[in-house]
Amino acid sequence: MPTTKTERLGIKISDDVVRVRQLTRMLSVEVGLGLVDQTKVVTAASELARNTLDYGGGGEVIAEIVEQGGRRGVRLTFEDKGPGIADIEQALKDGFTSGRGMGLGLGGAKRLCNEFSIVSAPGTGTKVTIARWK
Amino acid sequence: MDRIPILKFGNALLVTIQVDMHDRLATALEEDLTSRIVSNNARGVLIDISALEVVDSFIGRMLDNIAAVSRILDADTVVVGMRPAVAITLVELGLSLTGVKTALNVERGMAMIHDRLAGSEADDADDED
Repeated sequence: MPTTKTERLGIKISDDVVRVRQLTRMLSVEVGLGLVDQTKVVTAASELARNTLDYGGGGEVIAEIVEQGGRRGVRLTFEDKGPGIADIEQALKDGFTSGRGMGLGLGGAKRLCNEFSIVSAPGTGTKVTIARWK
Repeated sequence: MDRIPILKFGNALLVTIQVDMHDRLATALEEDLTSRIVSNNARGVLIDISALEVVDSFIGRMLDNIAAVSRILDADTVVVGMRPAVAITLVELGLSLTGVKTALNVERGMAMIHDRLAGSEADDADDED
């Protein structure tokens, strides 16, 4: 699908999570998402950015405005070179956490978006892609 | 490091979160509020989140923690001013903040705290009879 805009942002410190939220908000407004959808995708981005930082040891996000069949959307790809996830099924379950969170990050982010995919294996890092369409 | 200001208002503490908080700022607020409840003998905590465009699981957990800790320290926490889009998103995220008292705005939140104080003073008076 065609990409009309691409931004990259490193996720290295907790201020970067705030920057990811701001960037996601900016792109959501540009695409014309309604306020509730904006809030959902920004919240999902916040959860995933924190995962990248806390569990992946930092990484980056690629934020894009994409078009498909006359629809526009925001697509975010979070990538880290951290330890990876051995059991993705388990990681997506509410209440599962290996850290200090509530275990709502991955499953919650999935529920807040139209598209969600995750690629991860121990030792290779994690890549999570989400999209929200107008 | 930045801090969120905490105002004293009678025997209640008032916090208005005006900035997009990073995680350390949220954790600092939790710690600051806990010590201020004790040092000010506060009976209520009012947290105004009307300026917050996003409440994710970390900030949600912070609100939950503040409510739980303040309850143990005999103070009531009321969260006010949540935006409708934030409320919808929180529920979908799976965070229904069951331990947190909420009110639509600062006025109603203050009324809740005062009602509770009036109730407990009446109880005290009963005890003396």
